[in-house]
Amino acid sequence: MDKIKVAIIGPGNIGSDLMYKVFRSKHLEMGMMVGIVESEGIRRAASLGVPVSIEGVKALVREKEIRIAFDATSASAHLKVNAPALKEAGIVSIDLTPAAVGPYCVPGVNLERLREESDINMVTCGGQATIPVIYAISRVAGAAYAEIVACISSKSAGPGTRANMDEFTETTSKAIEVVGGADKGKAIIVLNPAEPAVMMTNTIMVRVKNPEVGIEKIIESINEIVTGLKQYVPGYHLRVPPTLEGDRVTTIVQVEGQGDFLPTYSGNLDIINAAAVTAAELIAAGMMGKRGVL
Amino acid sequence: MAGQKIIFVDTTLRDGSHAVKHSFTREQAAVIAGGLDRCGIQMIELSHGDGLGGSSYTYGFSKVDEFALLKAAGEQLHNARLTVLLLPGIGTIEDLKRAHACGAGAVRVATHVTEGDVSAQHIAAAKEMGMMAVGFLMMVHMAPPERVAEEARKMESYGADYINLADSAGYLLPEDVKARIEAVRGTVKIPVGFHAHNNLGLAMANSLCAVQSGATYIDGTLRGLGAGAGNAQIEVLAGVLQRSGYDTGLDFYGLMDHAQNVVEPLMLRPQVVDNGSLMLGYAGVYSSFLLHVYDAARQYDLEPRDILVELGRRKMVGGQEDMIIDVAYQLKADHTLRACRVID
Repeated sequence: MDKIKVAIIGPGNIGSDLMYKVFRSKHLEMGMMVGIVESEGIRRAASLGVPVSIEGVKALVREKEIRIAFDATSASAHLKVNAPALKEAGIVSIDLTPAAVGPYCVPGVNLERLREESDINMVTCGGQATIPVIYAISRVAGAAYAEIVACISSKSAGPGTRANMDEFTETTSKAIEVVGGADKGKAIIVLNPAEPAVMMTNTIMVRVKNPEVGIEKIIESINEIVTGLKQYVPGYHLRVPPTLEGDRVTTIVQVEGQGDFLPTYSGNLDIINAAAVTAAELIAAGMMGKRGVL
Repeated sequence: MAGQKIIFVDTTLRDGSHAVKHSFTREQAAVIAGGLDRCGIQMIELSHGDGLGGSSYTYGFSKVDEFALLKAAGEQLHNARLTVLLLPGIGTIEDLKRAHACGAGAVRVATHVTEGDVSAQHIAAAKEMGMMAVGFLMMVHMAPPERVAEEARKMESYGADYINLADSAGYLLPEDVKARIEAVRGTVKIPVGFHAHNNLGLAMANSLCAVQSGATYIDGTLRGLGAGAGNAQIEVLAGVLQRSGYDTGLDFYGLMDHAQNVVEPLMLRPQVVDNGSLMLGYAGVYSSFLLHVYDAARQYDLEPRDILVELGRRKMVGGQEDMIIDVAYQLKADHTLRACRVID
C-alpha cells in the first residue's frame, strides 16, 4: 500500500476541488465522495470512478480502508454529526468548516505539532493566506496587534460564507492570535463583484513590539515562510512587499488559484483546500511510516 | 406629496466621523446628539464611519471607543432613536449586541449594492433583539435599477423595516436617483430612504429628487459633515423640504444654530467640493477613501486624482480602503520601475 484512502464529505464546489487535488496527490487516494442528496457533485465524482454515497457520514465509516476524511459541509453538521461519527470510527477529521472542534491548523506554522490529532480545523481561507505572514513577523519582531483585510470575488463566496460572515471574521481573528502569535487579532472580509473577477487579495498590517529588529530581518523571515507556502500554493505572492513605518509592518499578498476545479481567481478556496490536502498528506505519510510501508 | 411626513436620519456622528478622522469625544457626541433630539430629528446614527467594529489600521482608529460614544449620546435622547451602522464582514452580531446594550434601538445593515444576501444574519439578529432593522445598499450607482430592486427585495424578505439607498460615491445624477427609488418602491412594500454625497454638488438636488420620487426617509448631516465632499446638509434639507410642502416636524432655526455653534467649530477642513472629492464623484469611488488617498499620495509622492481614477477603474467597493496602498504602490512602481523585493 503506497496511498492512504480518504473521503470527502460535502460534494459542493469545495469538495469537488478537493477531489481533484487528491487525484494529484502522491500519498492520498479517493476512497469515497459522500453527500446527503443526489447532486451534480456526486454525479461528477461517480463519473470519475470514485465510490459515492448519499447516506452521509454513515456510509463512509463502514469503509474500513478510509483513514482520513475532509469535512466540507457546515459548522453545525461537523459539530453535531460528522465529528462524533468519525471519531468513533477512528478516522482523522480534516475540518474545513468553522466548527473548530479540534485545533487550528496552518501548514508551515504548526502542522508538525498536529500530526497526532484526530480532528484539525483549517481556520478560514483568509486565515490560511495571512496567518503564515503574521507568524513570520511575530516570531522575529513580536506582534501586539495584527489586522487583515481579505478581499474575495463575489463569485467565489458561496452561500455558506454569505449566510455567516461573522464566522469568518471571528474565526480568523482568533486564529491570528492563537496561531499567528499576535496579542490581538482583527479580520475584515470584503466581497467585490467586479468583472472580470478579482483575484483573492489580502492586506496584512501588524503592530510590532520590537521595530528595532528592522525590516530586513522581518522580510527574511517572511520570505522563508512564503517559500514554504508556495510549495502547496504556487500562485501565492507578495503583491506589495513589506514596509515598516514606525512600528507598523504592512504587506499585501495575492493568491492565484491552481484552477483544479474552480477558476483561478478563487485563490481563497484554492488555498484552504491546498492547506487541507497538505495536512492530510503529512498525516498519511505518518500513517504509512508507522506501518513501515513508505 | 404635499404634507407627506418625511423622517430625517442624522448621520453627523457616523458619516461625519470620517471627516473628523474618527476623533469624536463623549462630550461632542452628547452635545451633538442632544441638540438633534431637541430639534425633532427622529433617528440619530452613531458609529465609526465604517460602522461598528470599523476602528482599525485600514479605516482609522477611533479616538474614543464607539460604545462609550453610544452611551454618552444615548443618555441625551428623549425621542430620537439611537441608530448604528453595521457592515457585515467588518462588524459582527456580538458588536450589535453591545451596541444594543448601550442604547441603540435601530441598526442599518449595509452591504455593497449587489451583495444584499450577506445582511440576512444581522437583520434577523436585530429583529430578535427587538431593534428596528434597515437594509442599506451602498454604491447604488454600480448596479442598474432592476438589480437594486432585486437586492432590496431580499433585504425585505430578511425582515428589514425600510430600505435605504446610498449614493456612496456621490456619482448619481437626479434622473438616476429617480429611476432607482422608483424601481425599489415598485418592488417592496416597506418604505424607502436615500443617502447622498455631495461630490458632484448634487446632494441637495438628489435628496429632493429622492423625496419627490417617493422616498420617505432621508439622510443628512449638520453642515454636511461627512466623507468626501460630505452629505446632504441636514439644516438645508429641512429648509428645502419645508419650502416644498413636506411635513418635516423639525425646529429649523434650532438645527441651523446647532450646526453653526456646535459642529462648525469641530470641522478639520471646510466641507467643500475640493478636487479630490470632485474626482470621487466623477470616477465613482467610495467617498470615505478620500482622506486615505490624500495620505497615500503624500507618502508615495503621487497625484491624488491619479490614485482615485485607478481605484474607480478597478471597481473597488466600500471597505476596500486597503487597496489605496496597493494602487499607490503599483502606480509608483510604474512610474519609477524601481526594483522591488518581491520574492517571486
